[in-house]
Amino acid sequence: MKLNLLLLLFIVFSKFSLAAEKNVDPNLIHKNLRCLVCQGQSISDSNSDFAQTIKLVVKDLIDEGKTEDEIYEFMSDKYGDWIVFKPQFNIQNSLLWILPYIALIFGGFFIFSFLKKRQ
Amino acid sequence: MQKIIKIIILFFFLFIIGIFYLGLTKDTNYSTSSLINKDTPEFKIISFDDSNFYTRDDLKKNNYTLINFWASWCAPCKIEHPILMKLSQKKKLMLLGINFKDKNLQAKTFLSDLGNPYDLLAKDKNGKQSVKFGIYGIPESILINKDLIIIKKFVGPLSVDDYNNIIKIIE
Repeated sequence: MKLNLLLLLFIVFSKFSLAAEKNVDPNLIHKNLRCLVCQGQSISDSNSDFAQTIKLVVKDLIDEGKTEDEIYEFMSDKYGDWIVFKPQFNIQNSLLWILPYIALIFGGFFIFSFLKKRQ
Repeated sequence: MQKIIKIIILFFFLFIIGIFYLGLTKDTNYSTSSLINKDTPEFKIISFDDSNFYTRDDLKKNNYTLINFWASWCAPCKIEHPILMKLSQKKKLMLLGINFKDKNLQAKTFLSDLGNPYDLLAKDKNGKQSVKFGIYGIPESILINKDLIIIKKFVGPLSVDDYNNIIKIIE
């Protein structure tokens, strides 16, 4: 009985998590895409011709079942990383992603040694 | 310990200077260099007269193809048109014109007034096909070879230099 209940819960939970995964929010994607013909605006903020077209393409890609990351990848492939406000991790921008953690470790080490020395 | 702190401070300043240098010298304009040497994307675009569709396979027929995105409402397209007319005389080059977000009647008038340089003529009513080619404004042109590799991308109207460049590549 307990096993059946657990199995049922597992199936229900899996279905919900799958549905959540598939539910891609187009507005979130629009906010993370840069309008290339505007001054510092996202696709979401802009009413330009380019933004309108990108919105149509994003809708099509969602309908095709593409995930959020796959849509960013598609756009980066066509227009370069510049179109995505939050660039994907790659070798060229690895320093940008790793450096804050290195700074945190060095800073922590520096403060720790400074405090230890004062004591 | 003092020495380590001095090295860290020095490294920090060098890093800040480096970031400023890179930030100030980097060209923030949209670059098309990432598309060069890439494969032509899969596409299926309707012909201008709605009679059939064009795909990648249609571009394999000639040694080189220049895909030109244009519209009758686009003033720079008129500027580059004489260059396209000259390019249309080159046998090694096929011209695929993609009429971008335009009205049929106006596009027809544009071509009857200035001449039709295109071997194949298609239309992209809502601009969705153009996104596959990384187009963000017109006129833009893409030169591809028989293996469907993108050789060059021209953003803006084709100039005399661009014409010479294309001729150098195809001959």
